[in-house]
Amino acid sequence: MPLPVPRPFQRPARGATRHVEVGGVRVPYELVVDPWPDPYLDLDAYDPDADLMPINWGPQHPSTHGVLRVKLFMDGEVCVKAVPYLGYLHRGVEKLCEKLSYAQVTPIVDKNDYVSPMMNELAINMAFEKLLGVEPPPRAQVIRTIFAEMQRVASHLLWLGTWAMDAGGALGGGATLFMYCFREREMILDLFEEVTGARFHYNTHTVGGNRHDLPGGWEEKAIRVLDHIESRLPEYEDFLRDNDIFLVRTRGVGRLDPLLAMEIGVSGPSLRASGVDHDRRRDAPYAAYDRVEVKVPVRDAGDALARYEVRMDEMRESIRIARELLQDVPAGPITALKPVKMPKAIKVATGRSAYVGIESPRGELGTFVIAQNERKTAHLPYRLKIRPPSFHAMALLPYLAPGATLSDIVVIAGSLDPILGEVDR
Amino acid sequence: MLEAVIFYVFALAAVVLGIIVVTRRNPIASAIALVGTFFFLAGMYAMLDAHFVAVIQLLVYAGAIMVLFIFVMMLLNLREMGEGMVADIAGATTRGILGLSAVGLVGIGIYVGLQGVAGRKLGVAAEGTGTIEAVGRALFGGSYLLPFEIASALLTVAMIGAVVIAKREI
Amino acid sequence: MSAAMVLDNPWLRGLVIGGGVLGVVLGIVAYAIWFERKFTGLMHQRPGPNVVGWAGLLQPIADVLKLFQKDDRLPAAVDRPLFVLAPVLMLAATMMALAVVPWGWGVVVADLHIGVLFALSITSLAAIPIWMAGWASNNKYALLGGMRAAAQAISYEVPLLLSVTVPVVLAGSFRLGDIVAAQAGGRWFALWPPGPGFFAFVLFYLSSLAEANRIPFDIPEAESELVGGITTEYGGMKFALFYLGEYLHTVVASAIASAAFLGGSDMGPLGDGLHWMLLKTLLLTASVIFVRWSWLRLRADQLMALCWTVFVPGGLVLVMASALWVHLT
Repeated sequence: MPLPVPRPFQRPARGATRHVEVGGVRVPYELVVDPWPDPYLDLDAYDPDADLMPINWGPQHPSTHGVLRVKLFMDGEVCVKAVPYLGYLHRGVEKLCEKLSYAQVTPIVDKNDYVSPMMNELAINMAFEKLLGVEPPPRAQVIRTIFAEMQRVASHLLWLGTWAMDAGGALGGGATLFMYCFREREMILDLFEEVTGARFHYNTHTVGGNRHDLPGGWEEKAIRVLDHIESRLPEYEDFLRDNDIFLVRTRGVGRLDPLLAMEIGVSGPSLRASGVDHDRRRDAPYAAYDRVEVKVPVRDAGDALARYEVRMDEMRESIRIARELLQDVPAGPITALKPVKMPKAIKVATGRSAYVGIESPRGELGTFVIAQNERKTAHLPYRLKIRPPSFHAMALLPYLAPGATLSDIVVIAGSLDPILGEVDR
Repeated sequence: MLEAVIFYVFALAAVVLGIIVVTRRNPIASAIALVGTFFFLAGMYAMLDAHFVAVIQLLVYAGAIMVLFIFVMMLLNLREMGEGMVADIAGATTRGILGLSAVGLVGIGIYVGLQGVAGRKLGVAAEGTGTIEAVGRALFGGSYLLPFEIASALLTVAMIGAVVIAKREI
Repeated sequence: MSAAMVLDNPWLRGLVIGGGVLGVVLGIVAYAIWFERKFTGLMHQRPGPNVVGWAGLLQPIADVLKLFQKDDRLPAAVDRPLFVLAPVLMLAATMMALAVVPWGWGVVVADLHIGVLFALSITSLAAIPIWMAGWASNNKYALLGGMRAAAQAISYEVPLLLSVTVPVVLAGSFRLGDIVAAQAGGRWFALWPPGPGFFAFVLFYLSSLAEANRIPFDIPEAESELVGGITTEYGGMKFALFYLGEYLHTVVASAIASAAFLGGSDMGPLGDGLHWMLLKTLLLTASVIFVRWSWLRLRADQLMALCWTVFVPGGLVLVMASALWVHLT
């Protein structure tokens, strides 16, 4: 399988006209100003009279969403250069997976994107299934999709709460919204607990299907919870969209150029908020997404407010998809393979590789697996690479932070929804 | 009796803080001590029934002007300012002479002041001399209206000038 | 010594009433913190303090005891005298403003004829200890917080003074007692004359939020940006003094607003008295708490823009309108 060759990455000149390929349509795109600041700014060449103050934003900072560390060079309150330092949460997951059999990997990758563990499980098991050539039965596919959409709602709820804390303070209005969001997220976790027995690291997806079947009456309960959450969404919008302070804090803040977004490889809501209509659920359906119609919310503004709007619309959309699927879960087995008793039970033919990308709440969560070349170790992956959407979102910080004040950087970083467990792996 | 005690406390504090203002090398410490001096001076004005002056002393000098001072100090580089600034002005002998003449001038001032007071009975100002009403009547109704308006015009011109200088690019 | 003798001597009266007022207000502050936590619990659908005493009523006392026990550490690189002095001065500056607040039934420490000006000039002095704390902490976040606080304080002093000028013009006196007396019989300045009084009350309320560093104007300590700002390096009782100073500032500003705009101890047909003044102060404090837990925070430059482009011109217009009203009637 040929690996993609990286293209040279150039800053387009001012005044140039570019075209953006959006779903097969060429959209003209004219650069009136410098499209984005230079992330490789030479500090020595910067105004010598300015007294630059380096600030270590993180790793112990309340609003870095984990242990991100960014060195910010501030001219007064305005940032001129941002240098992210990663690896504070590096656990060597990819290397660890090479020592674990295909059946054992799932609970390990649960901890990558710890806000939406279902997505990690789904991505890794879909890659293994592609490697093996196994197709899960329809019931498993539908259950997976329901889980994925409910997890998306839970993840966006957590994002909304934490982001509001970034903008409004952990001891202020933000904390109120945070509590509200967690109240609803808790209901989804309760539902998951009922199925899998775990509230967070479920280990429910297996190669070829699901481990746990839905208990009786779960579907009706889930629909009730989803209806309840949908009825609560206007409350959050009252809290934020109708609040002038929220609008002035987010409108026009952290404007993300669609071209830059695509160059960096940003995906998910952050990309869609910049006007690029891309969603793997609709464009390359997996699991049971071919059974439902997926509407993809897109905004053109590309600022923090647009990212908020896209995520709010996505929550509504996810609730609709999950409810549609819950009304008609097909009967049948939930796994295509016999339940795995031994870790070494799953063996993959030599010399195969597979890449699977799914639409996680943060964007394209990809898994690339290469099987072993020896029969003796055929139960272990030779190489497992995870493509986390958050990593690419964090690569945006050096482009978005310069020119913003410290307060804005907090809002910008939060609006990209980074999960550091996934960035550092 | 109590008023005298309070006066001496305030006076002592003002003098000590004033000494701190000129002896500290760290300009921030000087600035903070100056705020304290203003504060105790305001207290003494208040005891002299000059309430309006006392409050304006606090509001304008201790509040606004000192914060501006502090801003200016922050904009300059403090380390360069703190060290060697005094020593570079002049040699030891010159500094000694300057210091002694300053002390002498202050002494002469005190002596002359005391001479002026000596033998005269100190009168108490009429009730309500320092109140806002009195100050307002003097400024707006009395003979000080024209100087007051000229001063306001001057300050407005200075403010516009400062804005123009600060926003040169426009 | 009889009670009359005590009340006739201004020094003794100041001492007795001052001690009483200070004690009551500090109690209010401690229970304002309890109330805030309980009220926030209600807003958040969680219990709030409920372990120490009935409904957590002993929580403030337990908190203070805990804070007293804390190791009083001085970080190595701080400017020691300023670092230690800042929290004390912050509290002192705010406490002094209590002297001129008329609580009703003659309970006032010193009814100065420049009362309003005195209260505002003293509370505006709190900017200096805050700035001192930011500077002395020798911490970049604290320094940014201190700089923001200084800029915010000198900017918002202007609309604060302008808004309080409206009741002064309407009542024709700077003495808070006279202002309260001018509103007797339910003719509160926030209601009558319609227009300038009410808007001046809103302006005073918002500017006081900014002066007391409360959300949505709490950018000097903005914990999601500045990790706590000026209080980053403080711990134990020193931190508690800042906390106390902030709440005290809120209570004092509420009391002044009650006296200057809401008729003070007057309650129209329901008579007048100390309890009405206290009730108004507490309600205003509660509204500040409600605003805190339901609003987000502004950015520093937006805060300045709001002050100089909306509040200051608005305040000037209000002063002129009230002067016109007084001239015409």
